[in-house]
Amino acid sequence: MTRYVIGRLGGVVVILLAVCLFTYLIFFKLSPDPAVMICGKTCTPERIDSIRDVLGLNQPILTQFWEFLQGIFAGRDYGSVHCSAPCLGYSFQTNESVWSMITARLPVSITVAVGAAVLWLLAGVIGGLISAIKQGTWWDRTAMALALGGVSVPNYVLALVLQFVLVVKLQVLPFPSAPAFADNPLLWFESYIMPWTVLAVGYACLYARLTRANVIDTLQENYFRTARAKGLSRSLVLRRHALRPALTPITTIFGMDFAGLLGGALITETVFGLNGIGKMAADSIAKNDQPVIMAVTLLAAFFVVIGNVVVDLVYTTLDPRVRVTSS
Amino acid sequence: MTATPALLEVEEVGTPAPAGGPPTSTRRILTTITKDKGALACVLFIVIVVLMAVAAPLITKLSGWGPYQFDSAAINSDLGGVPHGSLGGISGNHWFGVEPQNGRDLFARIVYGARVSITISLSATLLTGVLGVVLGMLAGFYRGWVDTVISRLMDFLMAFPALIFMIAILSSLPAGNRPVLLVVVISAFGWPYLARVIRGQTMTLANREFVEAARASGAKDVQVVFREILPNLRGSIIVMTTLAIPGYIGTEAGLSFLGVGVSPPTASWGQMISSSVSWYSVDPMFFVIPGTFLFLTVLSLTVLGDKIRSVVDQGEAA
Repeated sequence: MTRYVIGRLGGVVVILLAVCLFTYLIFFKLSPDPAVMICGKTCTPERIDSIRDVLGLNQPILTQFWEFLQGIFAGRDYGSVHCSAPCLGYSFQTNESVWSMITARLPVSITVAVGAAVLWLLAGVIGGLISAIKQGTWWDRTAMALALGGVSVPNYVLALVLQFVLVVKLQVLPFPSAPAFADNPLLWFESYIMPWTVLAVGYACLYARLTRANVIDTLQENYFRTARAKGLSRSLVLRRHALRPALTPITTIFGMDFAGLLGGALITETVFGLNGIGKMAADSIAKNDQPVIMAVTLLAAFFVVIGNVVVDLVYTTLDPRVRVTSS
Repeated sequence: MTATPALLEVEEVGTPAPAGGPPTSTRRILTTITKDKGALACVLFIVIVVLMAVAAPLITKLSGWGPYQFDSAAINSDLGGVPHGSLGGISGNHWFGVEPQNGRDLFARIVYGARVSITISLSATLLTGVLGVVLGMLAGFYRGWVDTVISRLMDFLMAFPALIFMIAILSSLPAGNRPVLLVVVISAFGWPYLARVIRGQTMTLANREFVEAARASGAKDVQVVFREILPNLRGSIIVMTTLAIPGYIGTEAGLSFLGVGVSPPTASWGQMISSSVSWYSVDPMFFVIPGTFLFLTVLSLTVLGDKIRSVVDQGEAA
């Protein structure tokens, strides 16, 4: 098992390095000269040169990449400025340290992601369970038809509809800002409820369909019939025997979806103007702010890859049938 | 999978290993669909959208307004360019009303937008399909180092935050040929999801008796792959590609919504939705019309894909 974990972590490092290098090369090739961008309109060739020098832009691309990596683990120096680890460079636009930009925006992104995840897990799993138990009834058919609809609404369309109806027309909610919970819990909740809903709907519908299918499969297993034949009540058997095997696959998918939310929340955060990592990504892309784009891409990839490993490890604990033989 | 949620992700379908029995025939899929009213309605809507896409120039000739024509008579310049009349200026002249500010005909923009949506999503599906099936079969059939290389490449691509990366690439590339670029970028990140399934199924199929029999009677690798294995993958390929199309329509609209899709003045539904944002309190129809078309198109394709999947699943379980 330990060997398996170490092997997987090795794979993680390789993939992250590859993602990092690929992103670096692409932006090195595609983007306009950063020195010219930083320098702005009133600029002398000498100044461009000195910026190049400080950023190390005169060195070969691989040396630059190596310094970038060094910065993450050990910190680096830009001229006289020391950037301590983890150093992801400085924004070309605001000269802010990218690492502090990320840490400043992370709470908003986490609030959006966790709230949405709770919402979609509850709605999806409970809805799917009821559908499976009441298979074939009007509830089941309506819920599943709605689920197909929910999967098909692009989230920015849903976001705009909600905002138009609830904020502009009915005025029951304020325009989302991102207040701290401690300052004003009610405003906090009112601000986040729409982003949560928008982000959760698609997943909730998918999870409802998955849960339903899994539970129905389990209900046809022999052990379920045996337990019923022994005289146990249907609800007891459902709770004791059907739930766990039906929900195990959901945990796997949930792990991956949750890990991918950093990229996934980009549209939601942008539409609602919430200042999280997703919106930072969109803004930095619009302004061609390479250090920030690099950092966000890397951070998002990091979450996805780590999420994958965690999911695999959790799965072996939940479902002993697939426990990895440590070979 | 809404879109966002992993915009590109195609749900994995069916049992990883196809069970025995003949592959589902196209005829069976067709008869089941013609018996189902809901599915028929979806087919009808898709046919309408495809017709709009194919015959766009002809249709706009009939409706009288092209997608790039400005009609300053249809908007009220005193009110900042809000369309005259109710419901965003819907009239016999402009069937779906006009765009605020410049008075372009919404019907024509929708029709040409269908063209963009359908062309890009179908091309992306085709490219993803070819890449996913070929590479998935290669990995599953030859195993060894071929499998290792392809699998690592898939891990690498699936680890990418696809949406962020697509936006970044598209915004830093010169305008050039946007539709082609969109197709390439969408497919590059999309094929591993299909290839993963195809690889698994090929692995199980390659060990089956009929493959062994074909080999024993002297079939070469190419023949085994295309004559014996490919036909058995048809069900999964049909299901996964039909379910991929609505995903790609959503992706294209999403990228255009974010301003990195097809470049203006070319009409695209996502772009129309995005420009309607600043108008939606005074002219909600400008948002409602493209929003409805986008939603119904994605919904129809999803429902249809779902129907086809249940037919194929039943066929394989039988």
